[in-house]
Amino acid sequence: MSIAVNIDKCTGCQECLSSCPYDAIEMREGKAFINEYCQICMTCLSTCPEGAIEEIKDITAVHQPSTVTDFKGIWIFAEQREGKIASVSYELLGAGRKLSDELNVDLSAVLFGSSEGEAQKLIRWGADKVYLCDDPIFEKFNDEPYAQLLSSLISSYKPEIVLAGATTIGRSFFPRVAAKVVAGLTADCTSLSIDKETRNLLQVRPAFGGNIMATILCPNHRPQMATVRPRVMKKGEYREDRKGDIIHVKTDNISSRTKVIDTIKEVSDIAVNLQEVEVIVSGGRGLGNAKGFELLKELAELMDGAIGASRAAVDEGWISYSRQVGQTGKTVCPKLYIACGISGAVQHLVGMQSSDIIIAINKNPDAPIFNIATFGIVGDLYEIIPLLIKRIKETKQ
Amino acid sequence: MDIIVCIKQVPDTAEVRINPETGTLIREGIPSIINPYDMHALEAGLQIKEKERGRVTVLTMGPPQAEAALREAIAMGVDEAVLLTDRAFAGSDTWATSYTLSKAIKKLGADMIVCGKQAIDGDTAQVGPEIAAFLNIPHVSYVRRIEEITGNSIRVQRLMDEGYDIVESSLPVLLTVVKELNTPRLPSLKGKMAAKKAQIKKWGVADIQADENKLGLNGSPTRVKNIFAPEAKSDRKIFRGTPEEQISAIVNELKGLKCL
Repeated sequence: MSIAVNIDKCTGCQECLSSCPYDAIEMREGKAFINEYCQICMTCLSTCPEGAIEEIKDITAVHQPSTVTDFKGIWIFAEQREGKIASVSYELLGAGRKLSDELNVDLSAVLFGSSEGEAQKLIRWGADKVYLCDDPIFEKFNDEPYAQLLSSLISSYKPEIVLAGATTIGRSFFPRVAAKVVAGLTADCTSLSIDKETRNLLQVRPAFGGNIMATILCPNHRPQMATVRPRVMKKGEYREDRKGDIIHVKTDNISSRTKVIDTIKEVSDIAVNLQEVEVIVSGGRGLGNAKGFELLKELAELMDGAIGASRAAVDEGWISYSRQVGQTGKTVCPKLYIACGISGAVQHLVGMQSSDIIIAINKNPDAPIFNIATFGIVGDLYEIIPLLIKRIKETKQ
Repeated sequence: MDIIVCIKQVPDTAEVRINPETGTLIREGIPSIINPYDMHALEAGLQIKEKERGRVTVLTMGPPQAEAALREAIAMGVDEAVLLTDRAFAGSDTWATSYTLSKAIKKLGADMIVCGKQAIDGDTAQVGPEIAAFLNIPHVSYVRRIEEITGNSIRVQRLMDEGYDIVESSLPVLLTVVKELNTPRLPSLKGKMAAKKAQIKKWGVADIQADENKLGLNGSPTRVKNIFAPEAKSDRKIFRGTPEEQISAIVNELKGLKCL
């Protein structure tokens, strides 16, 4: 497949030139020309008023002509830490249950290094089947054995969709599995749905540094693999009486060239705090300097809240990474989120948009943060916040 | 010790904006940089070389202009640079990218491969572990400290969600590194001179003996169906007026919602 300009249709209006993220469109003899920098991102297709930019489909077969229809069922990888199932696994069951009901297939969970008791929990939270391997080699997370066993299970049972949490564990070993089983893998999805006609999984994730969303699909490969950010999907329904099968998986020939010598816990109070408090006051580039956070702290303390930050503020060195909210930081959903001087890159939005109430304070009325805000205040935060602090103090008296 | 550092040239994405009318990206005049995490990978490679002796080769795949990123790496002190560039590589997703890079690494040979934990334009964190899978060597992600390298093994600290693990691996190994690992050095004057003169190897499909069906868009399992700007909430309230008026409005709303 490639992208080309239909010279008969092109009027030379140059509309398309600035749409290309790769600077791959140039003018040649008064017509647009797509050069070798093209990455086939298709951004330009919709910008041409004449419809002169076309997608040229090749007839060459994809390298793995696997029969897509051989693959059935939805799997979620249930992550455990010290034998206990991590809560993201229940969120995956919630998302997976919806997809499996739509496709009319079973929902299965894969659990390594844990017990039958924990496997029962997965069934009560929505799994029809649990593939359980209780071999002690899986107690501690280790990429190679995890990837080996999951790959071999996928090859034997052929699920059409396999999901994992976008945790350090999921993000580390899932790519290894995808490479092995020749599967498409979409990282950090924020929404999943099904195209009923093709049974393709429509995977939505932030793209291009998080300023825009993209829908990704894997038309010719199975399984379709995706990681999902913790705290984005809702947990399924818990039913004490739900029944399911536990299938014990044997492990032969599992080996590892890496060994986990020790595990050191170092949970920062801030991380726990950010995900539990009801109010977060967050600052971005618009603060202008590190001192701005002192003002935010005053507001946060007044409302029994905590301080958060955008990636821009963290990158500037104004505040520690542990405060970062967004795709590469924490995902939070407090009752009230106050975004101060944060423009609202999708990167940030995916980490906080499920908050109940969002207040945005920004000088620029066109800042994207206002698109998702419940309430927006257009103005200088150094004028607004002191006033807000004063009024809240008055209310409290 | 032969070390390969994989880097990616990325747009300085903090500056990328969407044209609200057309929903497309505005990327004019946005500078390209070496992916910030890869700077830490380069520094790690150079430090290992200085301690254990050996060579550092920097490898990237991209359009011809990615050569600039390689020259920057040479200025920091790497010994050799390879650019994988071919029309056939265009449109690669992480699967096809990792396959292509792994073919080049096989040709070069290495005891250790170092990558940044992820690139800031895609944020997938997939290419490192996928390269390791294609090479059938172990990998350790999110390395925050290299404790010891002895003969044919390495001990590192791996950052986890709730602390860190101490992990030992045999060599060859692929590491992906986080920012805490080190502070990248600035290029020296001598390095800058070397970067100007350096010969950059440019390899295409034929040079790495890759299976053409596994390259570029054809070799990529994933497809971008469409891109879109997030929609605005319909029930939002944007206040205008003097700061006092806006604050009164917001305080009333918050009282109504029992937030105050």
